Amino acid sequence: MFDIDLWREIFQSINKNRLRSMLSGFTVAFAIMLFTILFGIANGLSNTFAEAFGDDATNSIFIQSGTTTTAHKGMQAGRRIQFDNEDFNYIKDDNGNKIEFITARIYKNVTATFRNEQNSYSVQAVHPDHMFLEKTIIREGRYINQRDLNERTKVVVIGRLVEEDLFLKTTALGKYINLSGIQYKVVGIFTDEGGDNQERLIYMPVTTAQQVYGNNDYIDQINLTYNPEMNFDQAIAFSNSLTKKLKERFSVAATDQRAIRVRNLASDNKAVNQMTTVLGVLVLIIGMGTLIAGIVGISNIMIFIVKERTKEIGIRKALGASPKSIVSIILLESVLITAIAGYVGLLIGVGALEYFGPGLKEYFITDPSVSSSLVVSATIVLILAGGLAGYLPAKKASQIKPIVALRND
Amino acid sequence: MLKINQLHKSYPIGDSSLHVLKGIDLEVETGEMVAIMGSSGSGKSTLLNIIGMLDEADSGDYILDGVPIKNLNEKKAAIYRNKFLGFIFQSFNLINYKNALENVALPLYYQGLKRKERLEKGKFHLQKVGLLDWAHHLPSELSGGQKQRIAIARALAADPKLLLADEPTGALDTKTSYEIMEFLQQLNDEGKTILIVTHEEDIAEMCKRVVRLRDGVIEEDKKVNQVRASQYV
Repeated sequence: MFDIDLWREIFQSINKNRLRSMLSGFTVAFAIMLFTILFGIANGLSNTFAEAFGDDATNSIFIQSGTTTTAHKGMQAGRRIQFDNEDFNYIKDDNGNKIEFITARIYKNVTATFRNEQNSYSVQAVHPDHMFLEKTIIREGRYINQRDLNERTKVVVIGRLVEEDLFLKTTALGKYINLSGIQYKVVGIFTDEGGDNQERLIYMPVTTAQQVYGNNDYIDQINLTYNPEMNFDQAIAFSNSLTKKLKERFSVAATDQRAIRVRNLASDNKAVNQMTTVLGVLVLIIGMGTLIAGIVGISNIMIFIVKERTKEIGIRKALGASPKSIVSIILLESVLITAIAGYVGLLIGVGALEYFGPGLKEYFITDPSVSSSLVVSATIVLILAGGLAGYLPAKKASQIKPIVALRND
Repeated sequence: MLKINQLHKSYPIGDSSLHVLKGIDLEVETGEMVAIMGSSGSGKSTLLNIIGMLDEADSGDYILDGVPIKNLNEKKAAIYRNKFLGFIFQSFNLINYKNALENVALPLYYQGLKRKERLEKGKFHLQKVGLLDWAHHLPSELSGGQKQRIAIARALAADPKLLLADEPTGALDTKTSYEIMEFLQQLNDEGKTILIVTHEEDIAEMCKRVVRLRDGVIEEDKKVNQVRASQYV
């Protein structure tokens, strides 16, 4: 296989028969180009949908409270529902392994000061799990941890833009920031793919916020992600039972839509997931189809090539070529043509995506591209395809009888 | 050198079969130059193909240089062909996209020689047939006589024990035919064993021994006084 002379023979044969090699490569190049472009467009479509859902975990459930709208169990309408730590623990303990991550959230608005710079920001007081729910990316330092919660430490994790606004060109890590009159130590700086607003947030431990702002154990919102092993129906059933239990806990009428609101992203996601799956399958089928057509095309041409080279193969055999060397010469030629042509097709396809991609945004196609893993697997498939396409013709070639090939006609 | 005993070969034609070789006995010593003659259909080409291991006999023994040639698989046949035999064909059978030197060096490739060695040996044999200046020409740029000399150089390249020529002058005019024969005689003088299939009397007379086939049997096997081709050139 790594015999340089064998490769020299193959290159000579390809080089001396350029038209033939080009023609056989064209089919494959075209097939791969189509495949790449289709795949890129499908990726672009699913990117558009993914963007619409921002950066939150897709298995999220948000639980919020409001005021009752109907009287129930002797209590009047207009009663305000307030979650506290006990409710949080109840949900957490009651559902065990159905929950992947869970966090409380308390919203506050503060004026933050560092030296001469001042600006107002939203603070979210959270549990450590919040990082996974919100897909926060820690750039420097660390996130809120359990010890912060236990000790109610005055620490904050600030967004990239907060650092830029207040600390100008210097690093914020380890410095103290003043939030409405109280000093907090900056222990981490994060980035977030959810956009600028998400990067203008300040996170602090939930217990710290509870102590500092009101000395109570109130919680504004509870976010959780359900166990990703649950399917869609299980996820919906889970959030429904959660709603029911909470309504009972707070003596809220089952029909009351405002007192306790549970939003499950699963129901939003299902349609999109189904569509992207169908799209993916469609692209795969079309792609495979074109690829198979390409393979059949090259196989056809290889059969023709073998026919055309019958005499040459006969001569080679008369001169002492073993069947194995005949197989490898035809097979490798096929693999080489397929691989090169396929790669050219891939490059053209990727190039087209790069070139036309940005202009397709208005057609719901965002950032159409193919991943490098796809490129690698496509290359492997190409080599295998070349081998497959060349195998039968090569086998046929190796069975040519020199006496038949050399008959004078 | 070569010993054939009661060789039979038949080809199926439709439902019946055609008995081409009906018990051939032939012995060739080292250094001989044998013409195998016969009209078309006499079985001379079949005999040569069997000797050349391009075809296999139905029954009978064939011993080449002390090695019994029997039940060869393709791989073994390829090795034997490469080691023992050099072929010269009526239609030259050069590979048209390879130049003269590459054609000559091809059998050496199948012997597993290094490229440098192959080209060196190839050049040596090209020089021997007087075509070193044409080393980088393609077969299509050469005349018939030149092509056949390239083919002879190729047959010699692997230093075979036996040269098999199937109508080597069949596609050439008389003058060029004699030049080729002169060269073959020269090789024979140097000790090469040569077997030539021909149906031309004058070519046969330039060998040292003539074997005449008729309907699959040897009709006549006699030594002849070799006519030197050089006197016609």
